[in-house]
Amino acid sequence: MAFLKKSMGAAKKSKMTDTNLLLTITIVVFVAMYLAAVLFLGEGFLKPQAFFNMLNQNAALIIVSCGMTLVMITGGIDISVGGVVALVSMSCAVHLDHNGGSILEAVLLALGIGLAFGLIQGFLVAYLEIQPFIVTLAGMFFARGMTTIVNATQFNVAHEGFVKLKDTRIIMPEIFGTLNKHGKFIPAYIEIGVVVAILVVVILFCVLRWSKTGRKFYAVGDNNQSALMLGINVKRTKFTAHVICGLLAGIGGFVYFLHVGSGSPSHASGMEMNAIAASIIGGTMLSGGVGNIVGALFGVLSLSTIKDIVSSMGFDEAWWTGITVAAMLCIFLIIQSIVTARKSSSVAKSDG
Amino acid sequence: MKDNVVLEMRNIHKYFPGVRALQNVDFTLCEGEIHALMGENGAGKSTLIKVLTGVYEKDEGQIFLKGKDKAVAIHSPQDAQKLGISTVYQEITLCPKLSVAENMYIGRLNGIGVNWRKLNKDADAILESLDIPAKATQQLGSCSLAVQQMVAIARAVDMDCKVLILDEPTSSLDEQEVAKLFKLMRDLKSRGVGIIFVTHFLDQVYEVCDKITVLRDGQLVGEYEIKDLPRVKLVAKMLGKELDDTTEIKDTSLVYDKEDAGKHVLEVEGLASVSGIKPFDFYINKGEVNGFTGLLGSGRSECVRAIFGADKVVSGTVKKDGKVIKINKPIDAMKNGIAYLPEDRKRDGIIGDLSVRENIILALQVLKGFFKPLSKAEANKFAEEYIKLLEIKTASADTPIKSLSGGNQQKAILARWLLTHPEYLILDEPTRGIDIGTKIDIQKLVLKLASEGMSITFISSETDEMLRTCSRLVVMRDRKVVGEVSGDDMNQSKIMSTIAGGESK
Repeated sequence: MAFLKKSMGAAKKSKMTDTNLLLTITIVVFVAMYLAAVLFLGEGFLKPQAFFNMLNQNAALIIVSCGMTLVMITGGIDISVGGVVALVSMSCAVHLDHNGGSILEAVLLALGIGLAFGLIQGFLVAYLEIQPFIVTLAGMFFARGMTTIVNATQFNVAHEGFVKLKDTRIIMPEIFGTLNKHGKFIPAYIEIGVVVAILVVVILFCVLRWSKTGRKFYAVGDNNQSALMLGINVKRTKFTAHVICGLLAGIGGFVYFLHVGSGSPSHASGMEMNAIAASIIGGTMLSGGVGNIVGALFGVLSLSTIKDIVSSMGFDEAWWTGITVAAMLCIFLIIQSIVTARKSSSVAKSDG
Repeated sequence: MKDNVVLEMRNIHKYFPGVRALQNVDFTLCEGEIHALMGENGAGKSTLIKVLTGVYEKDEGQIFLKGKDKAVAIHSPQDAQKLGISTVYQEITLCPKLSVAENMYIGRLNGIGVNWRKLNKDADAILESLDIPAKATQQLGSCSLAVQQMVAIARAVDMDCKVLILDEPTSSLDEQEVAKLFKLMRDLKSRGVGIIFVTHFLDQVYEVCDKITVLRDGQLVGEYEIKDLPRVKLVAKMLGKELDDTTEIKDTSLVYDKEDAGKHVLEVEGLASVSGIKPFDFYINKGEVNGFTGLLGSGRSECVRAIFGADKVVSGTVKKDGKVIKINKPIDAMKNGIAYLPEDRKRDGIIGDLSVRENIILALQVLKGFFKPLSKAEANKFAEEYIKLLEIKTASADTPIKSLSGGNQQKAILARWLLTHPEYLILDEPTRGIDIGTKIDIQKLVLKLASEGMSITFISSETDEMLRTCSRLVVMRDRKVVGEVSGDDMNQSKIMSTIAGGESK
């Protein structure tokens, strides 16, 4: 972990903000991990498509994690997102296949469900001041329950237009392509969901970094009493965060649906926990006020890389992934507490 | 309304369940005036400020501002800000994780787009014009508390505030920082800002203020020009009675004069802790009151925290009654008859949601071990006894301690430690932020306890208070013990010169 120490040492001198410091650490860790995988495991990781596949598989998680990060920056949490994703994909599947609806209707349905969850949960959290954990726990159970009511069994969607959309591949520039065994050129590709995910990341990043509203999220998460005194409408800010998170869960749900092409009550199980893990690895603090959308992206990629590394080393069983992810979370939480300690000690020094 | 009046509050009433917090209070503030709002804890200062800033809604009365024909309605802090009323609180109410500039501008930006480059530039210009040592892009949390407070003021200035309320801004600042703050206040005064200054420090009132308004028990006592109201009279007005001169407490005190009076109860050699204090030696006699003095941050608290085991000790020995004892944790110290009243009442002292009784018996209970709980009757007896003894003003022993005023919370914590019957009691800033009546009660109590044979270390930022209570002072500078004064040497100038590092003149 020498590189880690180094990057922290460098950051100390340049007086980075907590947010930027944690983000830097995340990016460094991800790049190092990926390079290590390429060097030592080679093969699979060497192909650009391996990287693009990672994006393809995790587009939905990236979108959902962005929402999670946003809520966590305001000091809250939303554990209903996995359930919402499942409900959205099931509802869309049923709408397309059983009701013969159009894709546009399905998209609107997805957005509607996400928005509804965001609005209700946001209202309960912000205006009735109920613990976000409790509110979204209820939301999670409700969403999972509703999913089974909509349809109890798994089925694949055969809707023609949808299958076409699902199989749409966006071909990447030639340089990323590879030749297969027979010498045939195979172009690298990404799915539509990845484009959506990247758009979400870029837009949210800009909003959080530069806009007035964006900085309010940080202020509220940092210290909501202070934020109130600074003239920020704390309730509305929290409400907005939950609405956006719900909406993103809806979008993420549709992207997930687009990737798997089926509806099932067990879809996206544990996704909310992965999203929280990704946010934390991405440098978001549970205590609020610190976090970064780009961090969420790299958090998801780090999670996915470590899973790939573990399985390509032959530890295929699910528990190994779980244990590695746990170890990784631990490391990042320790780093966060070091960062906080460093902060308070430097303040104490300047006081004395 | 006269021409130069910026704020006028008339017939303000505010009721809380069971309490009349404000009754018919008037308050007038002029342009370019620093106006002290004085009163004991619970006199209604905070309530008046909160009514003015929209944290509380007033029940009756009217507020007028310059340039507005009608009485204004203030329902929220935002309303107050829009009307040009800004507040800087004792606890800094900014966001430490945001940058300085963000703290200055957030919550009052219009439109969607934000030109951060311009804002940073503007912020730097303001900071520079006010001589505040901070950069716009710096993370606020990396500034010292004093600078953070000044940033809060800079924010208010930039908002073109007409009325600036400073609520106990100096309680966590050292003298130099206070001087800087005063300079800033005078600067604002010359710009025509009306400043309401709430503080417990009488010296500071006489240093910067022009007028004083005194409140007592939620009622207006009066408004005075500073030159018409000498200190003694001010204190008398605040207390509502002529005070037995505060400097005389010491003379009335008893002295512990049993045969073991000169015996060292506790001896410390070369003690140092992780907090970074230099190894120090220290002793205390039976029945003696001594003190640690020095500037804020000079390591006063760190010394006693090391003795009590609250900070991890890295070297040195502690001897009690001549025998070496080991103190690794506060419980070790407690078992050896040492008690410590911490500096930060809110953080290290009270447990807000527990009742006064539970807060009082806590230390005794810990000493006994949790498997031998005190019976309800015993607990009640102890609590009632000390509530009476220390005159703690509380509705009942069952009242949650957080609903008591600061001074009474402090008394309850003091009761907690007295109940363990310590041989050596450490009081770290026991009188900070509490009203003058309670202060004197506590000082008297300290002297009484010492006369009964308890050894006491008394730490306070107010040298006056230390001179009145202590018979020996350990002087500290830069986390190092630099001297000791006692007997005839004990006076302000000798202490100052020892702190400053020179020999006395």
